[in-house]
Amino acid sequence: MQVPAPFEYERATSVDQAIGLLERLGSSARLVAGGHSLLPMMKLRLANFEYLIDINPLHDQLGYIRVGSDSVRIGALTRHRELLESDELASAFPIFRDAERVIADPVVRNRGTLGGSLCQADPSEDLSAVCTTLDASCVIRGPRGERVVTMEQFHVGPYETAVGDDEILIEIRIPRRDNSGNAYEKVERRAGDWAVVSAGAAMWLAADGTIADARVGLAAVGPNTTGIPEISATLRGQVPSEQAYEQAGVIAARSCDPVTDQRGSEDYKRHLADELTRRTLRKAVERARS
Amino acid sequence: MTTVQDPKFTEFHDNDQKPVGFGRMLRKEDPRFVRGRGRYTDDIQLPGMLHLAILRSPFAHARVLSVDTSAAEASPGVRLVVTGAMLAEKGLAWMPTLSNDVQAVLATDKVRFQGQEVAFVVADDRYAARDALELIEVDYDVLEPVIDARRALEPDAPLIRDDLQGKENNHVFDWETGDEAATEAVFASADVVVQEDIVYPRVHPAPMETCGAVADFDAVEGKLRLWSTTQAPHAHRTLYAIVSGIPEHKIQVISPDLGGGFGNKVPIYPGYVCAIVGSILTGKPVKWMEDRSENLISTGFARDYIMRGEIAATRDGRILAIRTNVLADHGAFNGTAAPVKYPAGFFGVFTGSYDLQAAYCKMTAVYTNKAPGGVAYACSFRITEAVYLVERIVDCLAHELDMDPAELRLKNFIQPDQFPYETKTGWVYDSGNYEPTMRLAMDMAGYADLRKEQEEKRARGELMGIGISFFTEAVGAGPRKNMDILGLGMADGCELRVHPTGKAVVRLSVQTQGQGHETTFAQIVAEEIGIPPADIEVVHGDTDQTPFGLGTYGSRSTPVSGAAAALVARKVRDKAQIIASGMLEVSVADLEWVKGSFQVKGDPGKSVTIQDIAFRAHGAGDLPEGVEGGLEAQICYNPSNLTYPHGAYICVVDIDPGTAQVKVRRFVAVDDCGTRINPMIIEGQIHGGLTDGVGMALMEMIAFDEDGNCLGASLMDYLIPTSLEVPDWETGYTVTPSPHHPIGAKGVGESATVGSPPAIVNAVVDALKPFGVRHADMPLTPSRVWDAMRGRATPPI
Ligand SMILES: Cc1cc2nc3c(=O)[nH]c(=O)nc-3n(C[C@H](O)[C@H](O)[C@H](O)COP(=O)(O)OP(=O)(O)OC[C@H]3O[C@@H](n4cnc5c(N)ncnc54)[C@H](O)[C@@H]3O)c2cc1C
Repeated sequence: MQVPAPFEYERATSVDQAIGLLERLGSSARLVAGGHSLLPMMKLRLANFEYLIDINPLHDQLGYIRVGSDSVRIGALTRHRELLESDELASAFPIFRDAERVIADPVVRNRGTLGGSLCQADPSEDLSAVCTTLDASCVIRGPRGERVVTMEQFHVGPYETAVGDDEILIEIRIPRRDNSGNAYEKVERRAGDWAVVSAGAAMWLAADGTIADARVGLAAVGPNTTGIPEISATLRGQVPSEQAYEQAGVIAARSCDPVTDQRGSEDYKRHLADELTRRTLRKAVERARS
Repeated sequence: MTTVQDPKFTEFHDNDQKPVGFGRMLRKEDPRFVRGRGRYTDDIQLPGMLHLAILRSPFAHARVLSVDTSAAEASPGVRLVVTGAMLAEKGLAWMPTLSNDVQAVLATDKVRFQGQEVAFVVADDRYAARDALELIEVDYDVLEPVIDARRALEPDAPLIRDDLQGKENNHVFDWETGDEAATEAVFASADVVVQEDIVYPRVHPAPMETCGAVADFDAVEGKLRLWSTTQAPHAHRTLYAIVSGIPEHKIQVISPDLGGGFGNKVPIYPGYVCAIVGSILTGKPVKWMEDRSENLISTGFARDYIMRGEIAATRDGRILAIRTNVLADHGAFNGTAAPVKYPAGFFGVFTGSYDLQAAYCKMTAVYTNKAPGGVAYACSFRITEAVYLVERIVDCLAHELDMDPAELRLKNFIQPDQFPYETKTGWVYDSGNYEPTMRLAMDMAGYADLRKEQEEKRARGELMGIGISFFTEAVGAGPRKNMDILGLGMADGCELRVHPTGKAVVRLSVQTQGQGHETTFAQIVAEEIGIPPADIEVVHGDTDQTPFGLGTYGSRSTPVSGAAAALVARKVRDKAQIIASGMLEVSVADLEWVKGSFQVKGDPGKSVTIQDIAFRAHGAGDLPEGVEGGLEAQICYNPSNLTYPHGAYICVVDIDPGTAQVKVRRFVAVDDCGTRINPMIIEGQIHGGLTDGVGMALMEMIAFDEDGNCLGASLMDYLIPTSLEVPDWETGYTVTPSPHHPIGAKGVGESATVGSPPAIVNAVVDALKPFGVRHADMPLTPSRVWDAMRGRATPPI
């Protein structure tokens, strides 16, 4: 049994109470959501915190999926499993179900949360790539009230986000537009493993069938989950075609920044960035059209 | 609601069928496991028990300058802190390994691999023990490590084992087998010679339960009780006695339920010794359970062979000779568990299932700054490596000759009338009938159709591969005239006692780690004396309760202890026959055995059951002249030879040409393990082994960075396969009984682990044929497959 260093534990009773505790305890405290990133690090003693504030009691308030006509709002404490199983979410944004099917395993998905995933900001994490692809924004609350940031602003660096020591990520907001489709693909060495590379793509088509907007988000190919503006710029206005996807794939391979590790060589990862970008764009267009 | 049952599922049950002897039946031990009532080492709780945690080296190679334990000793709840220096004072800092090397219990001079034991803490609970480790200050002088075995013998390589008197390099041993000159002569005149460098990377058995022990030394009785995760309780007891000086009759080793072993639990680990020392010094029971990372980085690994294979053949595909040169990485201490005269285990069977004119192997083993061990993991003493080598090199030959790999194998098999067959490396294969096994596998797979499908797919640019492996194993070590571990002969005892009411207890020297001994051995005894398996208690794993024997590994339980169980039952039956002759008032010769009772020949109405006889054996009234009361016997079985199971495996894979991901679509496994005792248990062993094979072929590897940091220290880093990576196994069988085994059975525990990796790799390589690929090393992760597709296949190390 792996044993973490001693720590104090408190269950949150409300968001404001949790913020109050964070304010008082500063960087020696951490929120625990699903615990599937935090606890393994603590058990390996890669991270030691004096206080854990458990926000699971707030699941009633922070665990929700609200699908509106122009946006979808998802509470930070929504679990992977809830994201996987929501038909409403899958019909608005099929990319979520694509991704959730290949994130970890059922045991992790039963507990792990959207907020925890984003706040962990692991470069290989999948939901950040999904949110980047969908141009989501993040609602952060702290002692001084609420603020809303884009995914680009949210990710400050590997394992670093815009969420301050005394703040909590509350909600993710995703804009909805018509004629859109999106998809996610991941290559892993084994079911339940982190991505070698994964890619998400979203396509918005204009009435004439050309690409009104397109976004690609990649995971595991750089210090941060990578959104690639150049792909969007290149695709906008084009008619969807293999050639267009190929262009996007080439840009993806060129603009990412993978490193060689046990999961694969840098070359291979660039190749996958290309291949998966093409595959997901293709599927996103199919979905936008149907 | 209707429930749909997979029709195949019913095959796993006997339903209401309860065989008195061989046949399918549910495992007797399973109710306790599925109901959470198993009792593992970590479940042992003793009054006043303390907990032990081990401080391990963060470095692969470093001099230990000083160890300061004062802060740890002052930490709350801490009872004891022990360093290598303290053990050295008691002469316990070093212990012998199973290969006559020594291994540090706690480092005194240097640490020689990352994860090596440096000090231990005993405290009131496991948390206090673990926290105190952080307070031990060790001053290290970091040295250059030797990580790549190919560097170990370079003249300027750092010397790892400066503890060994006069040692000037990192050489462990040289070993050779076969006839070098004869082999060279065959190679020199052969039409075709193929050479390939083949690496079997280091992997780890990774049993679900990690290693651990509870030591309880009673100073008044002078008795040590040790519950430990061991596959060989008797051998361990003897070694503890020799090392510690505690007399053997005052040591009781108990191996309770084990959560998997796979060879990982054959060696004696420093942790067990630390627990014993901790209990002696504190006067309390002490528990040590390693965590997952400790298990992965410090306990017995497997494989790590860098092999050069060469095969010589005629142009029309007659295989003439095989030659190999092996560099074996043994880690920091030579902890290989193998019979003493076999430093390379049974690697000598690398000649496979083929009738050769010559064969030769030369091996060099070296020390590196990696964890010791070396022969764990369902490998039948290095047969895994041997089978991989021969089945890979035969496929390379098929590639070169542009010949179908099935046809090539069929053409070269040892023929049924050649058995017993002595190989060119001196192994006497007891029996075999290879072609029917191969043909059955090909029929089950629909081999010809698969090749047609492959051709069509290739034309469309799809990547499909068909891989074959045909293996012969040598299991059941072994004849005591040439097999022993540290001087202990590899024969197994067995005792059988029939109680007055006809129920029985059989005591085994071997220990189950999940193989189902409590069922299989009850069935073996049942088959011989006709007492139903449900009425036979199988006792194992406790040295105070069972006769001496060397334990379960190398697929030896059924070949050795299974034979012992059958023979001891026959002894009991012989005695029962004499008692029956008295009961029926006829001569012994006039009785015939009809399973479960003795009948008077020609008069089926006159008979006594084994239960009647058992009662009479313990009851009132006279027994025949010279017969003592009771109905029991004991035996020590010394096998006359190993048993040689074989099998034909066919694997079908699909590879995504865009991502290079391999999907194992089908796997057909036809095994021949001789007489089949419980087919369900055999299938379970096969399913598990095949899954292991998928792991090794596609994902498993204990890798190190250049500083010697282990990159597989958790199950997030060291991948083992899940149900999602494996297909629905298609199993079949043929039966070629062993001629020398009392019931004709051969071992099967490791067959699938041994036989499946080459089938999978051969399938992947076959799929990559359009890219001109002839070989690619394991693990065939997507990235490595992609490299192979681009003509850049590289060894994993
Ligand atoms: C075996 C395994 C496999 C996995 N595989 C994958 C995978 O393939 N893909 C993938 O994407 N992920 C994977 N994960 C990670 C998993 O998805 C985690 O659940 C997730 O990364 C973290 O979510 P959590 O709710 O468990 O967060 P926690 O571990 O509880 O928290 C993580 C961090 O976020 C902070 N935090 C949590 N919630 C908030 C909040 N509302 N506001 C501010 N800070 C917060 C915590 O303080 C902590 O620092 C895997 C995990 C495991 C154990």
